[in-house]
Amino acid sequence: MKIAVCVKQVPDATVHKRLDPGTNRLDRSGEGALNATDVNAVEEALRLKEASGGEVVVVSLGPEKAMDSLRKALAMGADRAVLVSDDAAAGSDLVATSRALAKALEREEADLVLFGQQSSDGDGAVLWAAVSDRLRRPMVSQVAELTVDGDAVTGKRQTEFGYDVIAAPLPAVVAVSDAINEPRYPSLKGIMGAKSKPQEVISLSDLGVDPGEVGEAGSRTTVRAVAPPPAKSDQVKIEDDGSGAEKIVDYLAEKRLI
Amino acid sequence: MSTLVFLETHDGEPTKGGLGVLSKAAALGAGEVSAAVLGTGVRDAAAKAGAHGATKVFVVEDDALAPPLPQPRVDALEAVVAESGAENILFAASVLGADIASGLAARLDAGLNWDLTDLRVDGGELVGTRPALGDTVLVEVGWTSTPRIGLVRSGTFDPVESGGTAEVHDVSARFQDFSTQARLVDHLQEESSGPSIEDADVIVAGGRGLGGPEGFSMCEELAAALGGAVAATRAVVDAGWYPYSAQVGQTGKTVSPKLYIALGISGAIQHKVGMQGSGTIVAINKDPNAPIFDFADLGVVGDLAQIAPKLTELLRARQ
Repeated sequence: MKIAVCVKQVPDATVHKRLDPGTNRLDRSGEGALNATDVNAVEEALRLKEASGGEVVVVSLGPEKAMDSLRKALAMGADRAVLVSDDAAAGSDLVATSRALAKALEREEADLVLFGQQSSDGDGAVLWAAVSDRLRRPMVSQVAELTVDGDAVTGKRQTEFGYDVIAAPLPAVVAVSDAINEPRYPSLKGIMGAKSKPQEVISLSDLGVDPGEVGEAGSRTTVRAVAPPPAKSDQVKIEDDGSGAEKIVDYLAEKRLI
Repeated sequence: MSTLVFLETHDGEPTKGGLGVLSKAAALGAGEVSAAVLGTGVRDAAAKAGAHGATKVFVVEDDALAPPLPQPRVDALEAVVAESGAENILFAASVLGADIASGLAARLDAGLNWDLTDLRVDGGELVGTRPALGDTVLVEVGWTSTPRIGLVRSGTFDPVESGGTAEVHDVSARFQDFSTQARLVDHLQEESSGPSIEDADVIVAGGRGLGGPEGFSMCEELAAALGGAVAATRAVVDAGWYPYSAQVGQTGKTVSPKLYIALGISGAIQHKVGMQGSGTIVAINKDPNAPIFDFADLGVVGDLAQIAPKLTELLRARQ
């Protein structure tokens, strides 16, 4: 079975995320990392491959330096990486991103396309639905337990009304929840081996995507203004130096909560 | 400007979130407001839509819409949008609603803005407010074409009854071959047990940082010392560490206790929307970058296993 995992490079958790005041886009100049919940999707793909063979390819859209983060997926065990990188794609919103990503996925012809739960920068948690509509494939999202049996997938997911078990024939698109597994850490051997695995950077023209259909030109949403949120007054943050518990008790007593 | 609101139903009843967004759309006072009700046995929901500000309700009744799955609903809404000519299409965020909104955006090549916490009309344009980057900035978002699709953060708008009635229009949909391939195999509902977290004055909630199901004993002891109840995040409920009935967040319960103590909870938006109405929020987490510190009143960066038992002990000693 061929599995394509859609992943994204996001600012590292230690980087203070900010919008560039000139473009109102996220400042991506700092240290990047593989989006945390995408790691669950990579892990799930590797487990499926280990159980029944096949290939795992990670697919991404982003600046060229995003390959540094894709390499983590290769170090975990993915077979190769495909990065769609093109200046014309910068600033793509959902419709534009889904268009370019769907084209890259069509080229891979995977049996199963996996997504992680949510990017830590865009917070949308919706991309799979747009991509599956473009690919004209069945889709199951928020999957916390996934089984692949022959030519069908079955996913258990939580909704506001309990748990649903949903089955779909392959080829299909599945978005997994971060509760689905505990991802492995790349081994030293995996990290060393990742460097020599195929890492392809392709442009929009390689995919036959018109630059006017992506980036800001192909987007249908816009940022009008950016403002700081209303300040939350008197927040206190402390490092525990052994007296954390006492400080909490003092705080609760002062607020008359105990 | 005409606005269509997707009214999600469960067992024929519209969700509170959907009625809230419908009420808000009516309150904008900008053109016709209609609702879309999709499923089987959903006609009663149409009356509720009228009572919450819709002047028209588009109903698609079809067996393909019986299970709560998004893809056939994209087809049905495509037909409703064509029939209604709606320029704005609004959704209350939910597991189902988010997937429909996104699928519809691709289908109609329409802009989707998500996680909206406010909507207004400015110079004939719809404008949304979206907190971004862990709610550290407020972004004013717009659309560059119609239809405009908006997904409203759960719990943002309360339903308001206006007492009106709506004209019902039946619409038939043509379903795409791929849209009906996924099927609902089973639906499981866990019975709730123990004291309800919705009525508790004090809640001690646990997340992944507890390290495993055994970590919940720390929460239970601390909750007992405070006379409170224990809650959990979606991640640990999905992982089987604690029952679903104790889950706080977008797909769980919404709580507003006087005191909310979060142990090992990172503070994802989906959790935040279920507890941000709490009086005082205290968070203990070993990760200094955890988003919960952005909205906790008191944040303690440190090791739970050291702090929580000691806190329990100190609280017991005070009694």
